Amino acid sequence: MTEPLVVLKDVNKHFGDLHVLKDIDMEIGKGEVVVVIGPSGSGKSTLCRAINRLETIESGTITIDGKTLPEEGKALAQLRADVGMVFQSFNLFAHKTILDNITLGPIKVRKQKKDEAEKRGMELLERVGVAQQAQKYPAQLSGGQQQRVAIARSLAMNPKVMLFDEPTSALDPEMINEVLDVMVGLARDGMTMIVVTHEMGFARKAANRVVFMADGQIVEQNTPEEFFTNPTSARAQDFLAKILTH
Amino acid sequence: MGEILRNYDVLDAFWMTIYLAFFSAIGALVIGTILAVMRVSPVGVLRWAGTTYVNIVRNTPLTLILVFCSLGILYILQVSLADEQSATSIRDNNIRWAIVGLAVYHAAFVCEALRSGVNTVPLGQAEAARSIGLTFAQSLTQVIMPQAFRGAIAPLGSVLIALIKNTTVASIIGVAEASGLMKEIMENETASLGVFLIFAVGFVILTLPTGLLFTWMSQRLAVKR
Ligand SMILES: Nc1ncnc2c1ncn2[C@@H]1O[C@H](COP(=O)(O)OP(=O)(O)O)[C@@H](O)[C@H]1O
Ligand SMILES: [Mg+2]
Repeated sequence: MTEPLVVLKDVNKHFGDLHVLKDIDMEIGKGEVVVVIGPSGSGKSTLCRAINRLETIESGTITIDGKTLPEEGKALAQLRADVGMVFQSFNLFAHKTILDNITLGPIKVRKQKKDEAEKRGMELLERVGVAQQAQKYPAQLSGGQQQRVAIARSLAMNPKVMLFDEPTSALDPEMINEVLDVMVGLARDGMTMIVVTHEMGFARKAANRVVFMADGQIVEQNTPEEFFTNPTSARAQDFLAKILTH
Repeated sequence: MGEILRNYDVLDAFWMTIYLAFFSAIGALVIGTILAVMRVSPVGVLRWAGTTYVNIVRNTPLTLILVFCSLGILYILQVSLADEQSATSIRDNNIRWAIVGLAVYHAAFVCEALRSGVNTVPLGQAEAARSIGLTFAQSLTQVIMPQAFRGAIAPLGSVLIALIKNTTVASIIGVAEASGLMKEIMENETASLGVFLIFAVGFVILTLPTGLLFTWMSQRLAVKR
């Protein structure tokens, strides 16, 4: 049995009086795809952000590939390079071209040569279907295209694990599938993924496990099939009833 | 009026104004950028030092700062910025200390302009930078500051215009720039509206295009979001 890639033990976090993460225990194995689902405000984003330490935690430990998250500094930067993050609002570097967005990390962090980074960058843009736009700026692209570029930017770092925080919730409906398709492709290729999303289609197609969070706690977890058809907790039943009536 | 232009070297005096403005603007930009970085840094002591600098300098009259440079540092502390043996040592020292004073003073305003530029950069940009493994310094130089400068072009233009006009204060420590010559002419000749007009127009010729240029650049270089 190999050591899980991401391990959270007894993680706690407050925002002022608000206890947003309560004794979170979670293990994600290499190649596993975990979908995190739950009502708004339940702490899903905070959980995601804690894993690459965009948020600090107060107690408990988070390890990635056996390494505990270090304090802010060089070592943390190195570790973050191994953890890809895709944001709801894309966050592409607004002053850089699409290709420069992709190559910035490889050149500055991985110390790759420019032409080498650009060659790989173009391959990745090809893979997510936006190679035509390489010389444009983020604001010139549609939301769906921007999010696919953001995924390519993460991939360019060859991350060990990728975090997605509601990657499709800021998109117009007709663009959701183009992004989900890329993510399903990644899952098939064996990428380890933690995905906060309410897209049940994606969860059924790509996830090994669904983790249901409410009020800062993991309430239940199961395979997608089991979770969506037979949720055991009242909170999950209630939540699913709400999102299914739409 | 023609006589005045013939008897006095008005162009030379404006040349000194441009000279002062050019070098103090560069100095102010460098110091101001360092201050702005200090003020957004995660290190408390640096933030405190940056804030203190800005609050002290911004609230001190420029006249006082220039007199301090000249009387305080040059004459009392005997810190010379020019070759003592040279025939123009006094003149050079006055000019150089004026540039230092102008740079130090306007750096505080450059810092504040840049900070307003930093505020135009959404938090997500810094988070994305950190999440691909850039260090704090790399995030700053590669992602935050380039966007902050573009967002700060308009306020930086205002600082530059203020700086050009503020070079007139250098005349009080004996630098022969435009306003100094104006006073001299008015003392020697009968003070006339014409003399005043010559110099007023001279400054407008310097500042108006600066303003237009910066407005144009701020639109041209604005980061599209
Ligand atoms: N920076 C913050 N400061 C204070 N409260 C926050 C902050 N970020 C999130 N919260 C609060 O923490 C709770 C969990 O937020 P979040 O993790 O974003 O939930 P989710 O992603 O599941 O909607 C919410 O109540 C939210 O208002
Ligand atoms: Mg969220």
